[in-house]
Amino acid sequence: MKSILSLPRRAAAKLVGVAISMLVHFLTAVRANWQGIEPVNRQRVYFANHVSNADMPMIWSCLPPNLRRNVRPVAAADYWLKNKLRAFVGPEVFNCVLVDRRPEAREDGHDPMQNILDALDDGSSLIIFPEGNRNMTDDPLLPFKAGLFNIGIARPDIDLVPTWIANVTEIMPKGEVIPLPLICTVTFGEAIHVNDGEDKTAFLKRASNALVALAPKEEKL
Amino acid sequence: MTSTTSDLLWLFAATCGLMTALTIVGELLRIRTGDDNPVVETFMTRVRSWWAMIILFTLALVAGKVGLLVLFAFASFAALREFLTLTSKRKADHLSLALAFFVVLPLQYVFIGLGWTGLYSVFIPVYAFLMLPIVSALRGNPDRFLIRVAETQWALMITVFCLSHVPALMMMSVEGYPADRGVLLIAFLIMVVQFGDLLDFFFGRRIGKTRIIPGISAKTWEGMACGVICAAVIGGLLAWMTPFSVVGAMGMAALAATVGGFGNLVFAAIKRDRDVKDWSHLIPGQGGFVDQFDSVVFAAPVFYHVMNLIWM
Repeated sequence: MKSILSLPRRAAAKLVGVAISMLVHFLTAVRANWQGIEPVNRQRVYFANHVSNADMPMIWSCLPPNLRRNVRPVAAADYWLKNKLRAFVGPEVFNCVLVDRRPEAREDGHDPMQNILDALDDGSSLIIFPEGNRNMTDDPLLPFKAGLFNIGIARPDIDLVPTWIANVTEIMPKGEVIPLPLICTVTFGEAIHVNDGEDKTAFLKRASNALVALAPKEEKL
Repeated sequence: MTSTTSDLLWLFAATCGLMTALTIVGELLRIRTGDDNPVVETFMTRVRSWWAMIILFTLALVAGKVGLLVLFAFASFAALREFLTLTSKRKADHLSLALAFFVVLPLQYVFIGLGWTGLYSVFIPVYAFLMLPIVSALRGNPDRFLIRVAETQWALMITVFCLSHVPALMMMSVEGYPADRGVLLIAFLIMVVQFGDLLDFFFGRRIGKTRIIPGISAKTWEGMACGVICAAVIGGLLAWMTPFSVVGAMGMAALAATVGGFGNLVFAAIKRDRDVKDWSHLIPGQGGFVDQFDSVVFAAPVFYHVMNLIWM
């Protein structure tokens, strides 16, 4: 993909990336809290809670540049290919791995998992949102989709890292236009793997618990 | 070169000299204690942060009125962000909080820049105080309403209103004190309060015994007394920067250091209530903006108004 992009386009993508990261840092003073792992360049799958469209740029921006170069967010093709601007920002600035959520839009017999596994086999790290959709409920997390389990089974050596994004709902509640410049923290927990013989339900439950455990204890009065 | 500029250069040279001495002391301690002594490393991170702050502050002082206003507006922005991250809010407050950040804060500094004393003294305590709760109420969620509006107002008072009284010192006109020396008055206030803080910490560690509020802050009466006395002495030495006599400068310095010291305790109580150690992580080695400037924030309006009462 990259080789067919012209040089000025790649330069523009790089520049937009820097601008987005600076904007995120200015607005939210985003901070990475490496609680369970070190910020080193190892192949990882960061799985995170998803409440707003700002989640992915937030995680992306708080990764150190050397990690950021090697990380690819997994994102919905129907969202990122909707118009030209999105098609530039998603695949080129963030270098997204696009996955089509709509079975009818896929080419015959194409498994969307394949894109993800290909990206992993290229050596990239990934950011995924295992809830599949933005969480609009009051529960901390929606039930996880099977994707995370399938990755864990197919590539058992790769670290699956729970990643909790705090405060985004307050920065930009649904339906609001102006983001509040509050401080946002992204907490990275201890990596997990699929255990021998662990079934899908048990693993997804364990992954979900590991993620919720990173949420700051806030008794909001 | 005007006398103010040459005084500023002198001040900058002297501060750099002091900081160089502190850096050398730190490096010597590093050699003596080995590479991994946590106390020395904390000290060195702090020294580095001080260097950055002094350079930034000097640049703003040299840039004059606009430079200082911009610097303090950004300080307020960072402090307000730290504060509002910890307060209670609901979705219904979104618009009023956005107004606090993007309208109230810039306007306060614009009014100061224009020298509209009557307006900047009441803008936040009266207009923001009444208008923002109206905006929140109109959005309809009464859950914990009083707590929400009270905390938002407190955040604005502390981080915008009080902090903005530091650059407001530029606007004071005292007879026989050239208007352009106002920047020196700001440097005076910040120096006496910060040195008072530092020496309070130092003596508190050495000879402090009686904690002022045990369990909340490590501050001791002994440390605080020493800090205030040292601030007064430093104030006396720096009297040439101010319109005050030597005794007057000592008095004002002692007042600022005392109020600042107690302000520090108030912020310690808030941090304890919200169960955080620091307000944020913005300044390496010292936590957040509010951690660094809590005492200056408390001292500034008192300094401003007492000066208004006595010298105007």
